[in-house]
Amino acid sequence: MAYIQLDENLPGLLSLLEYRHDTAKPIRELTQFLLRGPSSLSEGERELIAALVSYKNQCKFCTASHTALADLFLGEPFTAAEMKHNLKTVLIDEKLRALLQIAALVQQNGQNVTNEAIEKAKAEGATDIEIHDTVLIASLFSMCNRYVDGLNTFTPSQPAFYREMAEKLATTGYA
Amino acid sequence: MAHIKLPEGIPGIRSLAMYRPETGQYIFELVQILLRGESSISEAERELIAAYVSSRNNCNYCMKSHAAAARFLFGDKQHWVNEVLTDIDQSTVPQKLKALLHIAGKVQILGKEVKEEDIMRARSVGANDREIHDTVLIAASFSMFNRYADGLASWTPTDPGHYEETGRRLSQKGYVFPQPVN
Repeated sequence: MAYIQLDENLPGLLSLLEYRHDTAKPIRELTQFLLRGPSSLSEGERELIAALVSYKNQCKFCTASHTALADLFLGEPFTAAEMKHNLKTVLIDEKLRALLQIAALVQQNGQNVTNEAIEKAKAEGATDIEIHDTVLIASLFSMCNRYVDGLNTFTPSQPAFYREMAEKLATTGYA
Repeated sequence: MAHIKLPEGIPGIRSLAMYRPETGQYIFELVQILLRGESSISEAERELIAAYVSSRNNCNYCMKSHAAAARFLFGDKQHWVNEVLTDIDQSTVPQKLKALLHIAGKVQILGKEVKEEDIMRARSVGANDREIHDTVLIAASFSMFNRYADGLASWTPTDPGHYEETGRRLSQKGYVFPQPVN
């Protein structure tokens, strides 16, 4: 049971966005811009960053949601699953690996992002904007994960729920 | 040195908002609603929640800025700020604020660290749903802002006078999107 009175028909973050609309608006718009807005990172790559941070924050609702979205955009479920356990060896391009490693450091704490991690990403071709957006996406999910779990919101257990939500979100977006 | 090329001489999140106004506008909108919007938690208390979470995340820029804003807003109760940042258990803040700060501290660790008993304790000293919600969202938001400011190694001024001025500005004008300097 959620810690505060929320709409019982809505899961996770959706119940919170419905609870307080004025704070929901900038959260929705920031998420929409970062994950769906114009970017040299693909939507699938950006959803992988969201899924990795959510996984490391042990937020089941956000992990399942953004894994389903990453799977949908990438057209296969293997990369997201493998990335969570073997970031060093998962078959992805080196720039994406370096950006995911930065995201994993941000998840721990901002100060943990080392010059080496940044230099590695730049050496693999990451631009300043890509590094900026990676850090901000990882920070945004450090917020959403805490918001969802800190109020103990409803987390559906059926995988079908997340697949259906992903198909809807992939079309409508977050705003 | 910042990890990416940011506008020079501009500290913390302000430099990041100017670097990427497309995202900065939403961040300023969110923090203004959270810390200055309508709430039964006072502006001073909300600034203290922000400073407390930033302190626990070791984000010096955010901690000093919001601690300074809280001191201005608390007026003759400004000693509460140092008390909470030094040892919350020994602090003389009201019980409800202490219980909300305790929840914020749990959120700072991880969302799932917030337990039923933390919520019950806050309710038993008068906190309502909306105050618990806002406390969790402020703590979660500063878990974002702290990571954003430090994750890109944005500039943290060392001059204490800088934060005094920031605290005064934030207490009087709130969170206004920074205008580009020409």
